[in-house]
Amino acid sequence: MSTGAVATRVPGVTGRTRRPSVFTVYRWELFKLVHLKRTYLGLAFAVAVPVGFAVAIHFRHVQHGDFAFATFLNRSGLALPLVILLFGAVWMFPLIVALVAGDIIASEDHNGTLKTVLTRSLERWQIFAGKVLAATTYAIVAILLNGSVAVVAGTLQSGFHSLQSLSGTTVTASHALVLVYLSLLIYLIPIVTLVFIGVLLSTLFHNSAAAVVGTLMVSLIFQLIGVLPGLTGTQPYLLSTQFNAWQGLLRTPTDWAPIVHSVWVCAMYGVPALVAAFLLFIRRDVAGG
Amino acid sequence: MSGGTASAPPLKVRGLEKRYGHLVAVAGVDLTIESGDVYGYLGPNGAGKTTSLRMMLGLIRPTAGTVRVFGRDPWESVRALDGVAGFVEAPTFYPYLNGRRNLELLAAFDGGGSGEQVERALETVELADRARDKVKGYSHGMRQRLGIAAALLRQPKLLLLDEPTTGLDPGGMRDMRVLVRRLADEGITIVLSSHLLAEVEDVCNRVGIVQSGKLVYEGEISALKRSAGASYTVQTTDDDRALQICRAQRGIADVRSQDGRIWFSAEEERAVATLSQALVEGGALICSLQPQTARLEDLFFSLTEASERDEQPVAEPTVGAAR
Repeated sequence: MSTGAVATRVPGVTGRTRRPSVFTVYRWELFKLVHLKRTYLGLAFAVAVPVGFAVAIHFRHVQHGDFAFATFLNRSGLALPLVILLFGAVWMFPLIVALVAGDIIASEDHNGTLKTVLTRSLERWQIFAGKVLAATTYAIVAILLNGSVAVVAGTLQSGFHSLQSLSGTTVTASHALVLVYLSLLIYLIPIVTLVFIGVLLSTLFHNSAAAVVGTLMVSLIFQLIGVLPGLTGTQPYLLSTQFNAWQGLLRTPTDWAPIVHSVWVCAMYGVPALVAAFLLFIRRDVAGG
Repeated sequence: MSGGTASAPPLKVRGLEKRYGHLVAVAGVDLTIESGDVYGYLGPNGAGKTTSLRMMLGLIRPTAGTVRVFGRDPWESVRALDGVAGFVEAPTFYPYLNGRRNLELLAAFDGGGSGEQVERALETVELADRARDKVKGYSHGMRQRLGIAAALLRQPKLLLLDEPTTGLDPGGMRDMRVLVRRLADEGITIVLSSHLLAEVEDVCNRVGIVQSGKLVYEGEISALKRSAGASYTVQTTDDDRALQICRAQRGIADVRSQDGRIWFSAEEERAVATLSQALVEGGALICSLQPQTARLEDLFFSLTEASERDEQPVAEPTVGAAR
């Protein structure tokens, strides 16, 4: 630092022209995600799994009746994204979501940057909102990317053919494609709930690893409760069950009941988690980072 | 009070307190930083300096008391920090982004963010040639400089710097001192937390000294030195005899022999004149007689150690004196 040449006022700058907004945070959070390895780790999972499935189908015919849509994996590529939705709920999608949602606030503690951003011109709620939006955007991108790759991989493997619905009726290929993307959207309801839980743990633990593992554990615990003898009655109210709500779209006529049920059950988990995370973030003392 | 006033001091703290369970980190600190001050905020490790600074920046909610930055409460709204910049402990950045991107992000978070503005800030701290390198590869000194650049982006009227020279080499420390002086010359009010008392004595006009979470002194450095009283050393041809004469002399106190000299304090200069006459008449001829200027370091230890012993504040509230 040459003291002789120090210009303490930055010339040519007349000061701030506008207050920053939530969108400012959101944009920079996405920029940061683009520069983080864990982002690509999650997206790589989202891409690799459907490709791996397609390769497995190519080398091994799935037996009739193994699981829903199993019969159609060799007949229509559009069955692949739906099968992945079935299996992804166990750990793949929760892990992909947790990688970013569990890290989005805890990483600021890890890097000590919370004090840096909180002493600029943004209110705490704006920073929180920008981060939640960014984590949600990442989750949406991951799910849609996974679904799209599955459609392409499945089509390359088994062709773009009609699909049989869960009610036994035949659905044309184009209609089935619409239903696949609608199913992905419905699937986002529990996924976003998981994002909110991840953000809560990220805010609570101040530690990325603990928050990522914690989010995954929450998802696994829900599934465990669902299979424990004597607790099966809780199934309709478990978060893990809501990952099956999209199947209502694959019935004829469309069964909206599980979808509506999923919305309020997910709200029951997601809204308190988000509110708790918000209050923690707004009120916390930044004594470290 | 949420709205600031033009006449409000840059920083006013009253009864500031922070407790963590039974632990009292800050115990009722009162500070007033006037416009144009270069204020040294001093205290040993664990005295509560950094916790206080965090409360001043709205990072920590006080258990009790108030902080007003230009008349506004930083905990109530970040707008209170308009015109305020600085860093607590070491400046921190996103290690996976380069220096320029970090500054662009922070500039955007201030609502500005032109590339030219960032570029000039980088040039100011001579980091332009390393701006494309990721911050994780920066040395401590480079991060300190990037921290200054980030602060300057806000065009501050009040700058809070926590140990800005920590980890810098001697050249970097000198440059930082010169930078602080230049900022002060431009009218920026500066709060400088530091362990380096010589540095504070060199650049600050006022100090606040905290010990165990309590303010034990606030005021001008010059007033603090005056309050220490006049101290002298004398060397004679017969120091044993001189020591006896000094101890017997009226108006002379704190007599001690140290480093081959006799140290004493005098209530007034006339007592020194009388002593010199007594020494000569007593056969202890004077080789040298010198007034000693109190160093901030000595006064700091005197205040903090006295506070430790007594657990009583000895504050001299000479608030409001400008340089």
